[in-house]
Amino acid sequence: MFAYFFKRLLYTLPIALGVTLVSFTLVYLAPGDPLNAIAPADAPADVIEALKATYGLDRPMPVRYALWLGRALHGDLGASIATGRSVTSEVLSAAGNTLLLAAVAAFVGVGVGCALGALAGYRAGSWIDRVASAISVVGVSVPHYWLGLVLTIVFSVKLGWLPAMGAGAGGSAEWAWDAEHLRYLVLPAATLCVIPMGIITRTVRALVADAVNQEFVVALRARGLSSAEVFRHVARNAAPTVLAVTGLQVGYLMGGSILVETVFAWPGTGFLLNTAIFQRDIPLLQGIILVLCLFFVALNLLVDLAQPLLDPRIRRA
Amino acid sequence: MNTAVDPVPFAPAAPAVVARRSYWHGVFRQLARDPVAVASALLLLLIVLAALFAPWLAPADPYKASMIRRLLPIGSPGHLLGTDELGRDLLTRLMYGGRLSLLMGVLPVLFAFVAGTSIGLVAGYLGGWVNMVIMRTLDVFYAFPSVLLAVAIAGALGPGMSNSLIALTLVFVPQVVRVAESVTTQVRQLDYVDAARLSGAGAFSIIRAHVLGNVLGPVFVYATGLVSVSMILASGLSFLGLGVKPPEAEWGLMLNTLRSAIYVNPWIAALPGVMIFATSMAFNLLADGVRSAMDIRR
Repeated sequence: MFAYFFKRLLYTLPIALGVTLVSFTLVYLAPGDPLNAIAPADAPADVIEALKATYGLDRPMPVRYALWLGRALHGDLGASIATGRSVTSEVLSAAGNTLLLAAVAAFVGVGVGCALGALAGYRAGSWIDRVASAISVVGVSVPHYWLGLVLTIVFSVKLGWLPAMGAGAGGSAEWAWDAEHLRYLVLPAATLCVIPMGIITRTVRALVADAVNQEFVVALRARGLSSAEVFRHVARNAAPTVLAVTGLQVGYLMGGSILVETVFAWPGTGFLLNTAIFQRDIPLLQGIILVLCLFFVALNLLVDLAQPLLDPRIRRA
Repeated sequence: MNTAVDPVPFAPAAPAVVARRSYWHGVFRQLARDPVAVASALLLLLIVLAALFAPWLAPADPYKASMIRRLLPIGSPGHLLGTDELGRDLLTRLMYGGRLSLLMGVLPVLFAFVAGTSIGLVAGYLGGWVNMVIMRTLDVFYAFPSVLLAVAIAGALGPGMSNSLIALTLVFVPQVVRVAESVTTQVRQLDYVDAARLSGAGAFSIIRAHVLGNVLGPVFVYATGLVSVSMILASGLSFLGLGVKPPEAEWGLMLNTLRSAIYVNPWIAALPGVMIFATSMAFNLLADGVRSAMDIRR
């Protein structure tokens, strides 16, 4: 088991290194000078040179990558070209808001998905199974940015129950756990939770429907176990896969909330990414992509490390 | 957004060259008996035809703006589905919008299908260090959540339709390669492939004659699941202002420009999204139907 942990950890390192390389180079795909964001088009040549030196843009690319990586390892992702503020602090405060949104959405989506999927799998072919399969198809088919728009129309424009935008009164980005702030969370979280709900419902339904037909379940029933006890065995069988899918989904929510954040002007990483793209703010772009991806990598690692706790087959392997 | 389709569990089947015609015949017959699949296929056909024949069917000019007819509600005389923020007929724009939106759903998947299958075949057939280099490189791209990767590439390349096509293709290639590679690796170890190799067939002809037929099926099934993802993502990029540029008609872009109208005339602002939703749902249901109809083989 320790060999498994060690191997999995070792496997993550080159991936993380690759992620830093892609995060760094991706933003240079585009033609155009990154200095356009701050220097006026008619700036004199010596000013341009000075700016290049300030941001280190006068060095060759591999040197820039090495320097950037070295500083990133110390938690310094440079300064935003547009605002001059520290990228690390900007990204981390935005990531906090995104994590909050993603965690709530994942909690609701995975909870409902598991319950619905288990019921549907147990009663394959019943009305609840049809409801569950409808929900899972809608979940994977709906453009969630549009769903957000529709929820805004219904609950903000028509009914006036919930705020349409932001994460707090007066556009404040400071989060607090009170009723006032929670009202801002309802619509974006409700929109975002649909995505994992569809996938989890589908996965759990398939796993449970498959498990209840297996011989060991028939044997458990034949031995006179109550249905609750039988369900415990079925759930244990489904747990490793559900955990793996959930881990992926939380990661997708972190990276995928960009559209929903844009719809609701939620002050998270997606919203920040959007601004960084349109301002061509290269250090900020690199920082956001890096932080989100490393989070995803770390999450995958965590899920893989938790797998043997749930699945004894991996433990023995 | 979820862009990972559940990987298709696949056991390579023996090549059914003789039975092929009757096999597809059986799939089709099975499909025709599935009311959901038939309804989805009809809806999809309707949307595709409306988009294809928009220049002849549409009631108005998709680019003709009118300042005095802005944001008319659904059911206005002369404008069945109202008008948009520039007074252009919405029904017309929805029909035209299907052209780009459908194209953006299919093209990246098609490109990724071709590129991904080729790379997967090479990696899977050659094995060894080639496989290692290719697959470990792709693992890095796999470490990016797909929406983030699409937005980051499209954002880095700059707005435009061809750039979002590139971005989406790059998002799907690693996923297709993974499916193609795993199937190829399984098929490569089968006895008849060994037999072909021993009888002196070259790598290329073995891949073409013996491996490809087994790989295309599962990769195709996987790819059909990606089309709706691609459409939603492509429209999402346009919605962010990273895809198709105005005044082009495209559902995601229309959703973006009509967003400001939700306080004036909310329901027309939601219409382009209804089209994206309906199309991707019809596609998913049809793909599900095809998948379960194809299961008769097993």
